[in-house]
Amino acid sequence: MKIARSTKVAAFAAAGALALVGCSSDSGSSSESPAAGGGQIGGADCATGTIKASGSSAQKNAMTEWINAYQTACEGATIEYSPSGSSAGRADFINNQVAFAGSDSAMEGDELKQAAARCNAAPPINIPMVGGAIALTYNLEGVDNLVLTPEVSAKIFNNEITSWNDPAIAAANPEVTLPDAPIAQFHRSDGSGTTDNFTQWLKAAAPDAWPYEPGSDWAAKGGQGAKGSDGVASSVKSTPNSIGYVELSFVETQGLKAASVDNGGGAVAPSAETATAGLASAKVTPNADAGKGDLTMEIDYTVQDPSAYPVLLLTYEIACESGNAADTLDLTKSFLTYTASSEGQGILSGIGYVPLPSELNTQVSTSVSSLS
Amino acid sequence: MSTDLKPLDAPTPRVQGSSVRMGDRVFTNLTRLAGIFVLVLMAAIGAFLVWKAIPAFRDNTGNFFTTQEWFPDASPPFFGIAALAFGTAISSVVAMVIAVPVAIGTALFIGFYASRRIATSLGFIIDVLAAVPSIIYGLWGLQVLMLHMDGITKWLNDYLGFIPLFRNEIGIYTKSIFIASVVLAIMILPTISALSREVFLQVPRSHREASLALGATRWEMIRMAVIPFGRPGVISATMLGLGRALGETIAVALILSAAFEINWHITEPSGNTFAANIALKWNEAGPIGLSALIASGLILFIITLVVNMIARAIIAKHKEFSGANG
Repeated sequence: MKIARSTKVAAFAAAGALALVGCSSDSGSSSESPAAGGGQIGGADCATGTIKASGSSAQKNAMTEWINAYQTACEGATIEYSPSGSSAGRADFINNQVAFAGSDSAMEGDELKQAAARCNAAPPINIPMVGGAIALTYNLEGVDNLVLTPEVSAKIFNNEITSWNDPAIAAANPEVTLPDAPIAQFHRSDGSGTTDNFTQWLKAAAPDAWPYEPGSDWAAKGGQGAKGSDGVASSVKSTPNSIGYVELSFVETQGLKAASVDNGGGAVAPSAETATAGLASAKVTPNADAGKGDLTMEIDYTVQDPSAYPVLLLTYEIACESGNAADTLDLTKSFLTYTASSEGQGILSGIGYVPLPSELNTQVSTSVSSLS
Repeated sequence: MSTDLKPLDAPTPRVQGSSVRMGDRVFTNLTRLAGIFVLVLMAAIGAFLVWKAIPAFRDNTGNFFTTQEWFPDASPPFFGIAALAFGTAISSVVAMVIAVPVAIGTALFIGFYASRRIATSLGFIIDVLAAVPSIIYGLWGLQVLMLHMDGITKWLNDYLGFIPLFRNEIGIYTKSIFIASVVLAIMILPTISALSREVFLQVPRSHREASLALGATRWEMIRMAVIPFGRPGVISATMLGLGRALGETIAVALILSAAFEINWHITEPSGNTFAANIALKWNEAGPIGLSALIASGLILFIITLVVNMIARAIIAKHKEFSGANG
């Protein structure tokens, strides 16, 4: 796995090096001064220096790939991303310990006011950067194309439906023989943006069946908690008749099965394409308290398009729109320009993420270019 | 505590003339400084925990001690430590019930039954067990032990199910307090066993030989000479083990289902502990969430302090045994 990934990065970097002029990626004896203009990646001029970032662990793999690619193409640039969690990342950003923060939810309210202090009194902006799909993964022998509706999912995860041959599940799967077995339901035992987005979907799409407020802590009773998406994935894998929710990438890397979701417009299987289509229905709802280029998004979890997967995740980078420190501005801007570029977004679907829809991508690039 | 140290000071160095040697004075002050430093450190930790916990206590709309929910970042915040305290206590107690007899048995076997070669290698292996990082125990518990525990937990349910503790009403036996307790028991076993072994080795040879000379069998010698002598030491070893069980974090966090409920059926998926909850919730906790976690840490800090004080009190009470070695 690791080898395969680093090969991919190397291949990507090599392709980038060939395609772009003036890239001094691995010339050990470069005599150029390490100033900007030393190279290009994804249409961004290379910048040098060191920046730190922290936050969302859901972005971890995307950041790792992006940072590797960027540092390979741009000599003299060092970017450190520590996946310490969205809240910790936002706190680091407010305390001026990082150049930008990754977060599973947009910064809002008091946090924006506190963060303005470090951005030379100008509020920061939320920039959506990494999309994702949350898959309902299951382990059910002999069943390969399970379909779940929001109501059925909510009742399963709220322990109201406890057996696989429940009439409600059968109604959504008329051609499937479901076993007479109790459902082993797994959720996240740790606080998680995945839980937050999953329960937002349940609340929005099945308000009658899901009585809890969405949040990063699991609120329902019953079922079994597991630590991290890897914990949920391996629990589902090793437990017959089980179901859980994980980011799409875990379904692919662990060889699990993912249910199709029927929001009312027909069953949709999770994939990078269907999730991008789902994200296309998300609306930009700029936060008046944030900077001008703010791109806080509102995901439509109730979308009923037969080509759009509705259980979505959208994570942001939070950065100062103006008032960036002189020694971090160039590298922050250059790196985010790369991640928002078609090349940056292009590697996402290969590692289990979802590229931004093109219209939103354009807005993201515009916001990044306005950083100062 | 300082009164305990007094006897050590007593034999003042015999020097010619009236002055105490410079070296002694420096060393005395250095050790005193070290002692004071530890106290200051403890006080600072306590003060930090209280200070950081204040916002959580102030804003909590639940009852901190009886609420079985954990939503400190909701508005209004609503959380309590009831489930955490219960899970911490019961998992530690069950772990002690499993570990203590085995640990003492091992110590006695090494001390009095095993041949020298077996005793040496067994002692070495137990010391190595103590050095295994807890994440390894956690992963092993989650991915190996849990898959092989169904037999014993089902047996407990089938034959001892009339005791609520062992009854399983959902038919799922994974991620339970019982499994976490077994892993905890294995983790604290080396601590208890190694310390007990040391204590048993301190039993004066004269005591042992006297009882044997009076016609005692080996078991009678252990019962009448070794165990009474070693009891305070074994109790303090047990308390140290309990301290580790109470504070164990990552192994428990991996295994337990982390549910916020008081569930006496310890073979059902459930349970949560102070330390595991802090590890699980820290990353995504908001400002009040962090404060609430620190508040729960403060309670764990106090519990551990009390446990250790009880252990100290027991040892102090049986002081006549220690020192009989001279």
